[in-house]
Amino acid sequence: MSMSGIQIRGVSKIFGAGADKAIALVEQGLSKAEILEKTGCGVGLRNITLDIPAGEIFVIMGLSGSGKSTLVRHLNRLIEPSAGEIFFDNTNVLTLGRKELRAFRTNRISMVFQSFALAPHKTVLQNVIYGQISRGTARKQAEAIGMEWIAKVGLSGYEHRYPDQLSGGMKQRVGLARALAADTDVILMDEAFSALDPLIRSDMQDQLLQLQRDLAKTIVFITHDLDEALRIGSRIAILKDGELVQVGTPNDILANPANDYVARFVQGRTAVHA
Amino acid sequence: MFPESLNFSIRKPINHFVDMLVTNYGSTFRAISDAILQVLLLIEGVLRGTPWWVVIIAFMVLAWLGTRRVVLTIGVGIMLLVVGMLGLWDQTMQTLALMTMATLISVVIGIPLGILAAKFRSVQRIILPVLDVMQTMPSFVYLIPALMLFGLGKVPAVLATIIYAVPPLIRLTDLGIRQVDHEVVEASTAFGGSPMRILFGTELPLAMPTIMAGLNQTIMMALSMVVVASMIGARGLGETVLNGIQTLDVGKGLEAGIGIVILAIVLDRITQGFGKPRRFK
Ligand SMILES: Nc1ncnc2c1ncn2[C@@H]1O[C@H](COP(=O)(O)OP(=O)(O)O)[C@@H](O)[C@H]1O
Ligand SMILES: [Mg+2]
Repeated sequence: MSMSGIQIRGVSKIFGAGADKAIALVEQGLSKAEILEKTGCGVGLRNITLDIPAGEIFVIMGLSGSGKSTLVRHLNRLIEPSAGEIFFDNTNVLTLGRKELRAFRTNRISMVFQSFALAPHKTVLQNVIYGQISRGTARKQAEAIGMEWIAKVGLSGYEHRYPDQLSGGMKQRVGLARALAADTDVILMDEAFSALDPLIRSDMQDQLLQLQRDLAKTIVFITHDLDEALRIGSRIAILKDGELVQVGTPNDILANPANDYVARFVQGRTAVHA
Repeated sequence: MFPESLNFSIRKPINHFVDMLVTNYGSTFRAISDAILQVLLLIEGVLRGTPWWVVIIAFMVLAWLGTRRVVLTIGVGIMLLVVGMLGLWDQTMQTLALMTMATLISVVIGIPLGILAAKFRSVQRIILPVLDVMQTMPSFVYLIPALMLFGLGKVPAVLATIIYAVPPLIRLTDLGIRQVDHEVVEASTAFGGSPMRILFGTELPLAMPTIMAGLNQTIMMALSMVVVASMIGARGLGETVLNGIQTLDVGKGLEAGIGIVILAIVLDRITQGFGKPRRFK
């Protein structure tokens, strides 16, 4: 069987010492609070199985603390799972050695962060080409690529500014340009637009949709905002307390919320044509 | 009275250990000592051999590069001039050489240890209490073994100065690296930065203001050791202070004290200047 995209299989994440014991309790179906009381461990994710198809915007939604950031950081192994497997086009990401993992991060997957995470001591251009330099691209060529993406996100003329000289919206354009310049097939976006003003935010959403149409990247987009999820997601996964509650198209979720939690999320919305 | 039957003493084993070091590793310590002495003499030779006005101009240039403040730069020049006029130029250069040597070795030891402490919690757990001991233990206690191992002179003075002065550099290197914005480090990792590239390209540059604050404290603490250092054979301003005390020459002692304070102010302002992030001037 050959599948492209990302497959998450039975991934659980326990924070704290003594994960083995906590994993056993997760398997017995104890709640997050019970496990915390018994072992002192926090349950970040609990037995997540999820297929993320290639070439679309896949939204992960949930309240704050529901495990969205934890889940997405498993995909590029910023966080290692306590149990489970993750496949990328049939390669088990968890078996990659240090070198392979670095190559995987530079060639396959990049990320946009909620608080931008730009290096404050580097210029916009230096930030944007970080991934290309990691990959070993010659500086001249990396800079040419960087300039192109800086122009595409509308920041021409700001190449040599430092992040603290930019507004929030501009910083996040730099974050986006950095991810795009890395030229990976997958981009993770962890509440990438949450820190932005509403107007700039919808602007960035439009730009992301346009980019997605042009480049057909796989985008894993985290948000806690339903409007945003409905607007840009081809498919939405909903997390609650580290558990996957529902996955489906925006219409599925609006029409058939799996439980009260989802129902409360979508309250007052009706399904629209896709 | 505390019952004598409960007494125990670590005196003998410690003395034994030091004796053992002296007899078995004497030549190793001599080699280390010679190496340190060679470098120290080189620094001292350069500082004392350079015309006084060149040294003053060099300090003013450093002050300007570090702070970009005219008044401060001129102030540095005037203060050093005063030291010369008090007849303390040569002693000041000797003390400066000792400071430079102690600081160089502190950097070579302190920054890597600080990095290790920041990276490995286990290292941090071991180092921090040791640093507390180093800072609170009266310096005379470790001067005795230092004297036995290295004899009287400049080298034990440098080593005692380092033991006293290096802790803040280690602490603040550790702190500085731990304080670097976690997401920025995550981003470097996510974009495929190697551990070395993340350390040298992201963590150390962002921790640099804190590390420079540590260096500044290290230099200040080293300066506060000059009199003690002179008790075991270092020359310079500390020796003049001691001389003043021994001969009850308060004026002489005070002059040398002023020299030490001036050196402290000059080095403090310059290192603080370099500690501030570059672009915000
Ligand atoms: N490094 C960590 N150590 C301990 N607990 C953590 C850590 N990271 C996240 N958690 C916990 O895991 C849960 C999920 O967090 P997170 O993934 O950040 O949620 P979200 O991104 O949905 O707001 C929270 O309860 C959080 O406190
Ligand atoms: Mg989050």
